[in-house]
Amino acid sequence: MSKALIDIIKQKFPADVLESHSQRGDDTVVVYAARWKDIARFLKDDPRADMSMLIDLTAVDYPERTPRFEVVAHLYSLSKGHRLRLKARVGDQAGTSVEIDSVADLWASANWAERECWDMFGVRFKGHPDLRRILLYPEFEGHPLRKDYPADRIQPLVPYREVPNVDKVAPFRADEGMSFGRQTFASGPSTDDDDVN
Amino acid sequence: MEPIDQELDPAEIELPAEPMLLNVGPAHPAMHGTVRIVMELSGESIERCDVQVGYLHRGFEKMCERGTWTQVFPYVDRCNYVSPMLNNVGFALACEKMLGITVPERCQWYRMALGELARMSDHLTCDGAMAMELGAFTPFLWMIKGREMIWDLMEEETGARLTHSFGRVGGMAHPPTAGFKENAKAVTTHILGIIEEVERLLLGNRIFLDRLEGVGVVSAEDAISLGWTGPCLRACGVAYDVRKSHPYLRYDEVEFEVPVGQAGDSFDRFMVRIAELKQSASIVRQCIERMADTGPVNVTDPRVILPPKEEVYSTIEGTIQHFKIVMEGLKLPAGEVYAYSEGGNGEMGFYLVSDGSGTPYRLRIRPPCFYVTGGLERVITGAMMADVVPSFGSLNMIGGECDR
Repeated sequence: MSKALIDIIKQKFPADVLESHSQRGDDTVVVYAARWKDIARFLKDDPRADMSMLIDLTAVDYPERTPRFEVVAHLYSLSKGHRLRLKARVGDQAGTSVEIDSVADLWASANWAERECWDMFGVRFKGHPDLRRILLYPEFEGHPLRKDYPADRIQPLVPYREVPNVDKVAPFRADEGMSFGRQTFASGPSTDDDDVN
Repeated sequence: MEPIDQELDPAEIELPAEPMLLNVGPAHPAMHGTVRIVMELSGESIERCDVQVGYLHRGFEKMCERGTWTQVFPYVDRCNYVSPMLNNVGFALACEKMLGITVPERCQWYRMALGELARMSDHLTCDGAMAMELGAFTPFLWMIKGREMIWDLMEEETGARLTHSFGRVGGMAHPPTAGFKENAKAVTTHILGIIEEVERLLLGNRIFLDRLEGVGVVSAEDAISLGWTGPCLRACGVAYDVRKSHPYLRYDEVEFEVPVGQAGDSFDRFMVRIAELKQSASIVRQCIERMADTGPVNVTDPRVILPPKEEVYSTIEGTIQHFKIVMEGLKLPAGEVYAYSEGGNGEMGFYLVSDGSGTPYRLRIRPPCFYVTGGLERVITGAMMADVVPSFGSLNMIGGECDR
C-alpha cells in the first residue's frame, strides 16, 4: 500500500529523491538534505500521505562515507495506518559542519528527538527553538554515538558551575546552615554555651 | 495568640513581585523517576518550566555496538525495568523481522502471556504509585502486592524477578514450566480482585477524584504531535494500540478491547490503565488456554538458536554451532529494520542497522517514555504547583527507558 507513497514522493519531488527501497516491508526514501523540511511538510499535509506522527528521529554515523551522517525519521499516519522511513545524508568527514533543517515546528515530538540527535551525534538542526544537550550535561565533550568516539573515553571533571546572581552555592562553609549531625563541637560563631559542653 | 493588627495598611506588606524559581528533583520523594523540573512560579501557578532528563543515561546504545546481538538482551531489560519482558520480546521480534523467521506457535502464545503479565506489572506500578503520591498508601501496597505475585511468577519462569534476559532470537531461553498455566491463572484472578478493591477504595474518594479530574489535560492533537503513544495517547481518545492496529505475534486471534478516555486528563490516564489491566488479564487467560502443553518453543535453524546442551557436549556439530553463535554472534543480514510492539507505555520501537557482522552497527531504541516526558512541559505550564505530582505520575515516566 505504501509503495504508492514512495511513488507519490517521487512524482512530487522527482529531482530530490536519491534512492528508495522497501527492504523487509519498511518503505524508505532517501532525499536531499536541502529539501528535508519541504518533503516532511508535504508528507504531513498531503491527504494521501497524512503523516500525523513523527514516531522517531535519529541518526546513523558512517565515518567512511561522504556525507557522513544519515538522519533517519520514522513517520506514521494514524488515519491511514502506513509508515515511512525518511532519510537524508549530511555532514563532512570531520563532522564539524553537520546541518539539517529542524522539523520541530511540524511535529512537537521533533523537539526532544532533535535535541537528543544533537547530543549524541552533533547534528545541528537549523531553526530548532532550543538546541541544548538533553541526556548529557552541558560540559560534556564530544558526541558519544559517533563511531570515532571511543567507548572507554573518560570525560574531564566538571568544576562547580558559576551561577549568576547567587552569591554562594553548595557546599556551604562548615559554620553555615544546619548541620545534620549532633552539634557538639566547641568552635563556632556562638560561644555562649561553651561551658555547658 | 497575638492579637490581629487591624490597623495594618495592605500597602505596607511587601510581597516579592518577581517569579520564584523552584527546582524539583532529580531525586525528590514525590517524583516518579529521576527527572528535574525547573519551574518559574508566580504565586502557585507555573509560568514557565524546563524538564531536564538524562540523569539515568548509561550509554545504552553505545554499549550495544560493542557486543553481539544476543548480548543486547540484558541491556533492554534495563530500559523499562518495570516490564522488562516486553522489551525482551520487542527486541527479539526486531531481530526476527531482520532474519525473516517466525517462532513456533507455542512460543508466540508464551511470549504474549508473559508480555501481558509484564504489562500488568507496569500498570499496577504506575497506578499504585500515582495513588500513593496523592496520599493513598493502601492501594499502593495492594497493587505492589499484585506486582509481587507477577514477579514471583516471573521468577518461577525465568529465574529472575526483574531483569529476566529471557528472550532469545528465535525463541525463549526456556520452555514454560509445568505449573505456568496454573500459576498464571491464579495470579490474574488475584490481581483482578485487587483491582476491584482498589476501584472501590479510590473511585468514590472525593479527594482522589478532585486531584485528578480536569488536571493535566492534553488534547488529542497535542498528544499526536508530541508523539505520544500507549495509555497516555489512548486517554486522549485516540484508539491507537499497536496490538490492534498492527497485530504481531497472535494478537489478531485474541479478543480484547482498546480502552480509550475522553478528556485526556490525569484521571483518564489512570482509568485507561485500570481498564487495560482487565484486558491484559483476559488476554493472559486466552493465551494459556490456547498454548499447547508440548511442542517446540524455539526455531530449529542452527544459525540462530543454540543447540541443546547434551549435543554441545557430545557431538562436534553441536560444539561448533555453539562456539560460532557464542563467539561470533549470530549474523543478522546487512540492512536496516524498524520493528515496533506495544510496550508498557506505548510504541516500543527498535531501529536496527546491521552491517552483516555479528555486532550491531547501530541499535536505536524508540522509547515511548521519552516522547511522553517531552510533553510534560506542555502539560504543566499554567497549572498549579500541586498538580505537577499527579500529572507527572500519570505519564508514567520510567527513567531507565527515557534516558537509556
